[in-house]
Order: sequence, then structure tokens, then C-alpha cells
Amino acid sequence: MMEDNKKLIEIKDLKVSFFTPAGEVKAVDGISYELGYNEVMGVVGESGSGKSVEAYSIIGLLQNPGKVIGGSITFEGEDLLAYTPEQMRQFRGNKVSMIFQNPMTCLNPVYTIGNQLMEALTVHDSKITKEEARARAIEMLEKVGINNAEKRINQYPHEFSGGMRQRAMIAMALICKPKLLIADEPTTALDVTIQAQILELMKELQKKENTSIIFITHNLGVVAEICDKVSVMYAGRIVEQAKVEDLFYNPQHPYTKGLLASQPRIDEEEPERLIPIEGTPIDLLNPPSGCNFGPRCKDCMKICLTKKPPFADLGDGHISACWLHFKDLKGKKEE
Amino acid sequence: MTEERKVLLEVENLKKYFAVKTGGFKKNYVQAVESANFKIYKGETLGLVGESGCGKTTLGRTVIRLHEPTSGKIIYDGKPIYDSEKHIAENMLPYRRKMQIIFQDPSASLDPRMTVGEIIGEAIDIHKLCPNKKDRTDRIRELLSEVGLNTEHANRFPHEFSGGQQQRVGIARALAVNPEFIVCDEPISALDVSIQSQVVNMLEDLQTEKGLTYLFIAHDISVVRHISDRIGVMYLGCMVELADSYELCSNPIHPYTKTLLSAVPLPDPVKSRARDRIILEGDIPSPINPPSGCRFHTRCPYATERCKQEMPVLKEYAPKHFAACHLLEQ
Repeated sequence: MMEDNKKLIEIKDLKVSFFTPAGEVKAVDGISYELGYNEVMGVVGESGSGKSVEAYSIIGLLQNPGKVIGGSITFEGEDLLAYTPEQMRQFRGNKVSMIFQNPMTCLNPVYTIGNQLMEALTVHDSKITKEEARARAIEMLEKVGINNAEKRINQYPHEFSGGMRQRAMIAMALICKPKLLIADEPTTALDVTIQAQILELMKELQKKENTSIIFITHNLGVVAEICDKVSVMYAGRIVEQAKVEDLFYNPQHPYTKGLLASQPRIDEEEPERLIPIEGTPIDLLNPPSGCNFGPRCKDCMKICLTKKPPFADLGDGHISACWLHFKDLKGKKEE
Repeated sequence: MTEERKVLLEVENLKKYFAVKTGGFKKNYVQAVESANFKIYKGETLGLVGESGCGKTTLGRTVIRLHEPTSGKIIYDGKPIYDSEKHIAENMLPYRRKMQIIFQDPSASLDPRMTVGEIIGEAIDIHKLCPNKKDRTDRIRELLSEVGLNTEHANRFPHEFSGGQQQRVGIARALAVNPEFIVCDEPISALDVSIQSQVVNMLEDLQTEKGLTYLFIAHDISVVRHISDRIGVMYLGCMVELADSYELCSNPIHPYTKTLLSAVPLPDPVKSRARDRIILEGDIPSPINPPSGCRFHTRCPYATERCKQEMPVLKEYAPKHFAACHLLEQ
């Protein structure tokens, strides 16, 4: 990222915990990143890595018993965590909006698509007339590639197919021209040919509307397709962050390397045996005192099991939290 | 295919319709599998890919007669187990020892009130494989260690396991009767990415060790290509292309296979942004009221008048490379 590029959102040392009867679950354990205008960042991780929780805390949708217990979220210079619920309500949908994984559960089945689209407009702008709102809603539906929008606007969600519903969700999210769009696994529930359609649409709209996107997914292929930079999360922490090319062609953290090596690729010459990451993800109720990935890491050292690794700056915005980088540095110094 | 390879399972014109209720007296059918024709050779893995609703799971289940076929013929190891013309419908119990299935959702397919030992033991009891109790316990332990679980796990309940471990239990249950043929119905799609490769490797190892034959069903074509010798591509109940997996992925001839391959996201930023994608218009039509003629014609960029009227049949266009498309005949 360029130095003079203004930051849209900055997250510093964010910590989110869930206070469950069984104990505290540190779902997000100190993550930091920043996102500039017109940038697309991918957040990759397995289920339970905290990637959705982090996004929910930006938009203020964290549910009990989840609580932000530390850190800060700054959006265009304003502290989001200090917002009152009313301020948050104005902010949500207007400046930041979100699309979710399953479009069926996010659309209200008893209202028409048009009704739900127009609601987003009237909530944030009390002066807008019904006719204007309707015209805007139709225009937006056309933008997301829904044919026959005049007629479609009076239909109910069940009359839309899965791909169409996700298009309607995107229309609803973008109708107030937000500066940041959070997309939480928007294509996971869709078939590959529909996924390709939606990705193509999101790329096109991102260019047209200059929206920044935080794209949450577990699919590395989707990240390669759409993102400018990527954060890889494991058990509530960011383990590696880099520009998309650096991450795929020069991965540094053992977890990122493992993920890339463990997946079969359609473009490989002869199928080779997959190299899996052994073991299972850690229990967040009893996290290890050392590196969270330590117990599954092939190159685990003594220090990895006792102390959490700091980030090593590898230049050009590429950071990776692993003791191995420091081992190399130490080796070089001794030489 | 070389002549000396033995055909283990052969399916001819297999059809499966499900009746759906509509208002009035009219009965409608979901035409889940329209006409399936294929052979599976002993020791190979045949992959089935397609989008949701294309009938791949129904086909997998119909082949082992968990669904009763509407019509057609299934021949297992030279003997017909189902033939609608000759009215043959064999008792499946002896065949269940040879044909097994691994289900997609491991938490839904394991009985939550039974321990893992009971789940695996049930299959052994039904087929009376271990008359004495000690043999039975030993066999359960052996199976658990074969799938990478600890022997003391036999006394635990399914909810105590992670998704990946539950799927291992599902695999152990399928292996309990020493089958020859296993239908793997999306065995890894419910698992986390880092766990998927563990299970894929295990399935490959078991195949080499025991000489198993797989029908591997999945929607992720990269995984199917990795594990299969041959791949069949399905669209709306019809098989549109069938070929060796490398051949199919590097040289697809059916327009649907081409679009499917170009839609797969590549974990490579430069390559994936540089390639030309074929983006299909619209969605899959409903299988209750499928399009006439070639079922792909509503979305196919090259469709002609003939495609709208006549359904193409699967023909061999290159050695061992089958496809169903009118355009290829010209």
C-alpha cells in the first residue's frame, strides 16, 4: 500500500472473547490491520478461526456472550467502539454493509424484494419519496444483473433462485453506496458456475462504485481471484499478511504453506499425493501458551511451545508471525 | 479400456424419478436421473461431478439400491441385481456386504445414541461376520486403527468427535463388512480444508491396500480429478461427458464441462486473472420441468435448433472419451 493512501479502516490489537459457561473463548486474540480506500482484502481461515467474529465486531453485530475486550477500530478517524447504539444504527448500512453466506436466511420471506431494498433507503434517508426509492431499487437490481427488474421487484425471495438471491443481497448492501462492504463467505453456498457469476459481478461493481471490500472465505482460489491483499487467520490470530501475489508465490508461514500444499489443483500436471496438515485445530477453551499452530507444525521448535511468536516484517507489507523467521535472522547475525 | 480389465458394476439406462405432489389430480415427477449408462472397472475410481441438483447423489444411491430405480438395469459382478424389463429385483442383503456407502454429513449419518463400537459392530452382527464376542471386539479395534482412530474410541459417542473424526467413523462402518465397492458421496465437503486432505489420502491408502473400487461423488472438480481414474460430468440428470480424468480436464469437449472447468477458482492470482472465463447466463432449470431436447440448451452458448428438439446420446468421440452433444457430430 502507498504511504499517502488514506486509511479507511484501522484495527489495532482487537480482542473479542465469548464468555461461555465452560470458560472464556478467545475468538479473536489481538489482530491488527488497516485497509485503504478502494482496496479488497481477503481474510482466510478455517471454521472457528475467528474470521467472521472479527467482521461482526466492526459492524457492531456481535451477539451475546461475545464482547470486544480490547483494542480499537477506527473508521475514517472515528472510534467505532465508542459509538452509541443509535449512531451505530446510522453507520451500519450507510457506510458499512455486509453480505452473508446464506442468502435465504438473510432475506425476509414475507416481504417482497423491492420492499426490503426500499427499506434500506428510507431508514437512512427520511426525505426520500417512495417513488424515488422504488426507482433507485430498480436501478440497483439492474446493476447487479437481474433482468426484468420492474417485475422482479414485486416478487418474494422464494421466487428467486440461489444465485439471484445473492444478487439481491448485494444490491441491498450497495444501495446506500457504502464505503466498505464486508462479504462473509458470499459464494460458499453457491455452485461453481454461479460462484463465477457472483465473483465477476463483485469485481465489476467494486471498480464502478469504488467500494473497499473485506472478503471472508476459506477458499484460496476465490482469494486469488478477487483480493489485493490477504490475511491468513488461525485460531483467533493473524498468522500471515501479504499482497496477494506474495502470499501465493512466496508464502512464509508454515500454516499458509501447509494450506497451499494440502489442496489438489486442477492445473497440476500429474496428481501427486497431497501433503496434509496433520492433527486437528486447537481447542479455543484451552489455547496453548506458545504458538497456536505449534502442535501441528512440522518445523516446531522448543520456543514455539512456550512463547507466542511476534510478527516478522518481511518487507512490502508482508508480515508473518513465526519463530522460524527469527531463527534465520539470528543465524545471519552470528555469521 | 483394455479388455482384460474386469467390469465390476454396469449400469444401463438407469432412471430415477421422484413423485411430487401438486394440487389436483396431476402427478409431477422430479426427473432426478434421466438416463445413466456407465461401467466401473474393478479397482478403479470413477468420479462424478456436477452442480447441486444434477442428480449425482441420487445416482450414487440408486446404484446400490438405497433408492429403488424407476427403470433400467444394474449389473454387479456379472449378475443382474435390478432389471426393469425382466422384472428382476434381487434381495440386497448379500450384496450389502459387497457394496457400501460413505455419506456426506458425518454427524447426521451416525446414530447419536449409539457408541462408535455399536455403530461399527451393527454391520458385523447383521452379516454374522464374527460369531464370537472376542473376535468382534478385535475386529472393531482393527477397523478403528485402520482409519486412524484410537481403539479406546469405541466406547465414545459420535458427538465427542470432531467432524474429521466422525467421517473416519463413517468410513470404518463402511469397511466393517470388507466390501469390494464403496460409493463415496461427498465424503469431504463437510470438512475443514486442512482436514480434507487427510481423509483423501486415507481413502487412497485404503484403496491400494484392499483393492477397493470407488464411485466418488463430489462437486469440487479439483478433488475429483485428484482421486479419480475416470470422471463423469452430470448436468440435470444426464451424463454429458465421461473420460479419463487427465484427458477430461485438459481436453474437455462438451460445452458444459468447459464452463465448469473455467469456473473453478485457481489458487494462483496471475493465472486466474489472466484466463478467459466462460460465464454462463442464468441458473440450472428445474428438474420437475426440464428443457426439451438437450437439457443444457437453455444455457449453452452454441445451442442450435436441433439441440432444442432432440436429446443427444453419449457417444465415443475420441478413444475412451464419451460425450453427449449434437455439435460434436459435425
